[in-house]
Amino acid sequence: MRSLLDDDEGTLMERTGSILRTRGLRTEYGKGAALVRAVDGVDLDVAAGETVAVMGPSGCGKSTLLHLLGGLERPAAGEVWVGGRRIDELSEKALARMRRHAIGFVFQAFHLMDELTALENVELPALLAGRSPRVSRRRAAELLEQVGLTDRAKHLPSALSGGQRQRVAIARALSNEPDVVLADEPTGNLDSAATLDVLRLLDSLRSAGQTLVIVTHDSRIAATADRLITMRDGAFVEETRLTHGTTGRLSELAGLEG
Amino acid sequence: MGRLLLVYRLAARDLRRRPAEAALLLLAITAATTTLTLGLVLHGATSKPYQSTRNATAGPDVVARADPPPVGGRSADLAALKALAHAQGVTRHSGPYPVTHVTLGAHRQTAAVQVEGRDTASASVDQPKLTQGSWVRNGGVVVEAAFADAFDVHTGDTITLNHRSFRIVGVAVTAAMPPYPFTTWLSAPGGAQDHAVHPGLIWLTRADARNLAQQTASLSYVLNLKLADPAGAPEFVKEHTPTSPVGHELKPPPGLESWQEIGQQAANLVRNEQRVLLVGSWLLGLLALASIAVLVGSRMADQLRRVGLLKAVGGTPRLVASVLLAEYLVLALLGAAAGLTLGRLAAPLLTDPGAGLVGSTGAVPFTLAKIALVTVVALGVAAVATFVPAVRASRTSTLLALADSARPPRRRAWLITLSARLPVPLLLALRVAARRPRRVLLCTVSVAITVSGIIAALAAQAQLHAQHASGSSGLADPRTDRLNQVLLLITVMLIAQAAVNAIFVTWATVLDTKHSSALARALGATPQQVSAGLSAAQILPALAGAILGIPGGIKLIAAVSPSATTTPPTWWILTTVLGTVLVMAGLTAIPARISARRPIAPILQSELA
Repeated sequence: MRSLLDDDEGTLMERTGSILRTRGLRTEYGKGAALVRAVDGVDLDVAAGETVAVMGPSGCGKSTLLHLLGGLERPAAGEVWVGGRRIDELSEKALARMRRHAIGFVFQAFHLMDELTALENVELPALLAGRSPRVSRRRAAELLEQVGLTDRAKHLPSALSGGQRQRVAIARALSNEPDVVLADEPTGNLDSAATLDVLRLLDSLRSAGQTLVIVTHDSRIAATADRLITMRDGAFVEETRLTHGTTGRLSELAGLEG
Repeated sequence: MGRLLLVYRLAARDLRRRPAEAALLLLAITAATTTLTLGLVLHGATSKPYQSTRNATAGPDVVARADPPPVGGRSADLAALKALAHAQGVTRHSGPYPVTHVTLGAHRQTAAVQVEGRDTASASVDQPKLTQGSWVRNGGVVVEAAFADAFDVHTGDTITLNHRSFRIVGVAVTAAMPPYPFTTWLSAPGGAQDHAVHPGLIWLTRADARNLAQQTASLSYVLNLKLADPAGAPEFVKEHTPTSPVGHELKPPPGLESWQEIGQQAANLVRNEQRVLLVGSWLLGLLALASIAVLVGSRMADQLRRVGLLKAVGGTPRLVASVLLAEYLVLALLGAAAGLTLGRLAAPLLTDPGAGLVGSTGAVPFTLAKIALVTVVALGVAAVATFVPAVRASRTSTLLALADSARPPRRRAWLITLSARLPVPLLLALRVAARRPRRVLLCTVSVAITVSGIIAALAAQAQLHAQHASGSSGLADPRTDRLNQVLLLITVMLIAQAAVNAIFVTWATVLDTKHSSALARALGATPQQVSAGLSAAQILPALAGAILGIPGGIKLIAAVSPSATTTPPTWWILTTVLGTVLVMAGLTAIPARISARRPIAPILQSELA
């Protein structure tokens, strides 16, 4: 019965072009009086190629939602579907395999390996996915070129600026050509100039049809999205479709052009 | 005083915060100090039982023996032996007693023994002390206690000597000769040699001894002397021993032995054990040092923020270093106390001289100097291992410490390049190892020390086997049994200490790689791959250490016992290496598995906080 339902949901996702879906997603921390519902009954559909920005005050559950979407945390209740496959019931091993190909993460704190160069950091997911060293290296070099860091390929993270580190992290997220890139405050640790670099990069990804879910405090990032969701106390309180698929003017509004 | 109290309070609170780590460290130091205590207290541990045997048996100061010449069928030079009884400085004597070699049969076993013909009346010098039964009578023999123990014969048993039946009427100890298997009288220069490897000793009547001898001329004779100056026995022996053996083939002069030499031979029963224990204790000390270094290093990384807090509220670098040092010195003191106590309790088990000597070594020589040495070694080990990290932590800038930024990992470019070509678990393992080369070195050294100890113990075992195989008696040898016990004890303690080290190193690695492991999983590595990688990061250095331990062990046994030339069989060595790797895999699997199953998100979030 369950598999039939799963199949139905998966088929539905295919038919609607949805790549990411949650139903009744809920997660809690603490017990009794100290119980906090970090994510409380969230239903979300993200279409392939869509960019969704999630905004809200600190502690409202944005990052937790992102972790649930990427299988880094398990929900207390509800369902998470990625690419037509339900992931909240998968084993840790299956989740890891799913992440390799379906999800790319971009973290606020970059989370680059300190002892690896930019190139080695970018090729790591491909190596973990079992790709050959040569293919992984070639792909990493292409991605670094794409993010404009070819000349920094052999630099350690400690020798890169914050913006450059985040661009390396974005390149790493794209290493295995994931279905969805989940970005958690990608500009949270960056100055204005570096923020603009990252915004341009995210905008180019969006233009190239990469599905993006971005948790942010930055209204400029939100302005580049197709849809803006506002969260409060773990729940979606507002959802706005911004551009109907056209972001050129919004990019301009956000100060990304000109 | 206030400062001392503050240091004490801070140190005590920190220890209470991590009781498991403190307990493990205490265990490591205790193991090392126990073995060191055992090694030290065994020094001279047999002198007391030998002394008490001498007192109980009116033990001789000098034993003289006359043997017949090896050829010509002539008798031993009895006149020369009797003349010694009247030499200057001799106050009393007993004998000469006839001695001959015969074959003992009992329990379907045979053994070479020497029989000594004694008077049925008590002797004023060397009257063996009965531990069972009564003294000799015609047809009734008394067996030396250690030999009776090894041959498993008792009062009331019937034995054969050169196929003639005798009844055992008693079991006794003597100070005229070391206990079995050292019960060999000094052969007279040029005299008939004793070909038995470890002959036992049996007393019977003079008449029975003469009857057992195939011919009277083949009898040897033993004379026991008491001197006016017992301490001068070695000089007496020297004075009455001919310097040149020329012309002795036809008329060998008596051979003499002082009570001090006999006492030394009796001490041989524990000499090898003492050597093994001392070497073992140093090996354990080195392992304890490695344990403490790993543990302190990982704790320092863990408590850098605490150092920052201490400094932020006005603690000087000196105070910070004092607190950290105090923690480990307190543990070292406790470890030394526990080790001394355990060593003292265990020593009698190893120093019990067996049935060959009366008296007990229960009161082992436990001097203040030995207590001080063990304590100083324990404190020294803790201080050496703690000093550098403590000073480093105290000198860390307050802001950096408060930020609790992790120590930057090392980069080994060639290892990273190499690892990219390997399967994911090995890729992760090499990268984990490359981050902390010193920890890898400690792991390798720790395993190399342990395997060296095990290989040396195996070489000693192989040597014992070879000796046992070449020995003629085929009886249980108390030395072998005792040495086996000690070798087993040291091996078990080395393995236990190395196991503690392996857990320390793995746990330190787990803590250190918490973030990178979580990140690897976020990027697609499975928990199994991460867990296998963490284990492999310990197993690879362990394998290197095990291989290095092979020549290390062979060199160690050569240094401790230059006469030991037997190397353990290849399959013993291979089993040791394989066993080491398997044990390491087992020990590291649990912490690695725990680490690989931690939730990813909180770890990555905590890095952000």
